[in-house]
Amino acid sequence: MPFTWFLALRFFRDGRSQTALIVVGVAVGVAVQVFITALIAGLQEDLIDKTLGSLAHVTLEPPDEVVRPLQHGDPAAGVFLGRDVQRPSQRLRSIDQWPATSERALELRGVTVVSPRAAGPALARRGSVTATVLVQGVRPEEYARVVPVDENMVTGEYRVGGQDAILGDDLAVELGVTLGDTVRVTAGDGSEARFIVRGTFSLGGPASDSQWILVSLRSAQTLFLIPGGVTHLDVKVDDVFAAEELATRLHRRTGLTAESWMAKNAQLLSALRSQSMSTTLIRVFVLIAVAMGIASVLVVSVVQKQGQIGILRAIGTSRSAVLRIFLLQGALLGVLGALFGSGLGLLLLAAFQHAMSRAPSGPTFRVHYELWVFAGASGLAIVTGVLAAAMPALRAARLDPAVAIRHG
Amino acid sequence: MAEPGSTDAPPVLRCEGLIKEFGTEPSVRVLHGIDLCVPAGEFVALVGPSGSGKSTLLNILGLLDVPTAGQLWVQGIATRALDDGRRTALRGSALGFVFQFHHLLPTLTAWENVALPMAAVQGRMKDSMRARAEVLLRQVDLADKVDAPAGELSGGQQQRVALARALSQKPAVVLADEPTGNLDTVNAARVFEVMRQHHAEAKTAFIIVTHDLALAARCDRVVQLVDGRVSYDGAAGEVFLAHASQQLRAT
Repeated sequence: MPFTWFLALRFFRDGRSQTALIVVGVAVGVAVQVFITALIAGLQEDLIDKTLGSLAHVTLEPPDEVVRPLQHGDPAAGVFLGRDVQRPSQRLRSIDQWPATSERALELRGVTVVSPRAAGPALARRGSVTATVLVQGVRPEEYARVVPVDENMVTGEYRVGGQDAILGDDLAVELGVTLGDTVRVTAGDGSEARFIVRGTFSLGGPASDSQWILVSLRSAQTLFLIPGGVTHLDVKVDDVFAAEELATRLHRRTGLTAESWMAKNAQLLSALRSQSMSTTLIRVFVLIAVAMGIASVLVVSVVQKQGQIGILRAIGTSRSAVLRIFLLQGALLGVLGALFGSGLGLLLLAAFQHAMSRAPSGPTFRVHYELWVFAGASGLAIVTGVLAAAMPALRAARLDPAVAIRHG
Repeated sequence: MAEPGSTDAPPVLRCEGLIKEFGTEPSVRVLHGIDLCVPAGEFVALVGPSGSGKSTLLNILGLLDVPTAGQLWVQGIATRALDDGRRTALRGSALGFVFQFHHLLPTLTAWENVALPMAAVQGRMKDSMRARAEVLLRQVDLADKVDAPAGELSGGQQQRVALARALSQKPAVVLADEPTGNLDTVNAARVFEVMRQHHAEAKTAFIIVTHDLALAARCDRVVQLVDGRVSYDGAAGEVFLAHASQQLRAT
């Protein structure tokens, strides 16, 4: 066994009760790191999943129509025009040359799917019941790759095409329809279509579940009188948190208005960021406490072993070997703390999951037992152990052997 | 016995004009130009009153401290300009140490303590070192304590383990600072006997700092320091005792 390892292990065993106490301290620190990280990661992932359950990562649509007055005043020349410019009402408009635009968007690095959609408001009627709905005309296979409606069917099947349609489960309840029933849909300009209910879905979003009715792209184009046109291009990207940046690039590339899910949910993201910041703060303070604990134990150890360190230097142990002996002890404290802490963290997470599953409302989100959580917390504990040991290790290595032996 | 400094054996330690000062403005000079030559296999006692500079000289001779001026050769190597790493390596291979307080590692067994200098120099603790450690522990009458934790041994036994540790690298010279100073008469005699015996068998040079004049008289040569200067460097035995009693009468 290497000499430094041999002595590090023996010194480590030397003050057993002190060592055990600090290992418990490090373990508690690691357990807190594991628990908080897994909990917050699970919670945030669940929130984002729920948010993105009914949203495309980026949505492209034609820019708003604006009034452009033909005459302008010239205030510098003292010419002022007094007039009232009214904001134009927005109508459903198709994206110009959308298949080519769609291809251009797909060429952008990071974009994985582009799905066309013709969407607009309408009234749905069944018998005497009327409800305001959003008709979403889509190509079902492509759309399912952007918004996973097929994975969130409550009843029936994901069947969209011809007269087949599916609708949000809250809307189905409101209209009082079941599978096979027919719903009459009337657009703003009076055009009308009938759809047969083939399934209901729940995407978690309040609007999607209470207002959406998914029909084929062609049916929507006919209903809204935009033959061959689409009102939106829904984009899926490979990194959800790069959506805002990609939206900017998509806007530049296509000239269309591009809105990311992040812009639509700025408040949620701000809350998540605040949560991450407070979690990071807790983790940093826990790490500082762990580092202080390890450093204090090793400082005491160096003082207690002064004479022994002096003798080790006298018999030919180099300064760097003494340094390594104490750094190794710091690393060992980190490793042991990481092992016990990971176990403790696992127990805490399991207990939390169990308690949550027994709550009357059932589990609201799933805690993630992922390797990176444990590896990350353990790695941090070991690095902290080594860094915390640096100061006492340097102190030990710098000891003058003659003085250490005299006072040791 | 060879005349001090005039033996044919090559010196294991030689110093010229060693000066040691502590502190600054004003500094305190503890050693005033010490010249000393210790040939291989010589058994030297270093005596003198408290504060005469014995331990300081021993630390410099053992490369644990550096002189303010002067030069020290260990096995012919000039040490003044050596960096800490090379001084440490030379110390580990050529010198052995015994101190008044043994400073054994209490959780290590007796043989592990003895093997420490070998492990420090070779960078590894090997089971093969146990054989050498057992031989040394047998020489110091501790054959039955090979696997005993050092912390559980008596004071005399611990000092003998420390002596075995000092001998484990077959050093050219063992430097012992009051090796019997903390022991009762019986144990002190036992430790001294072991040193004498090893010296006779292995021809290792010893420099022993002691206050015990009777013990010093049993060495080959006595070097007496007074106020940081060598006041006597000559044969031990009756000659030294006569010198010592003459000094005593003079004071």
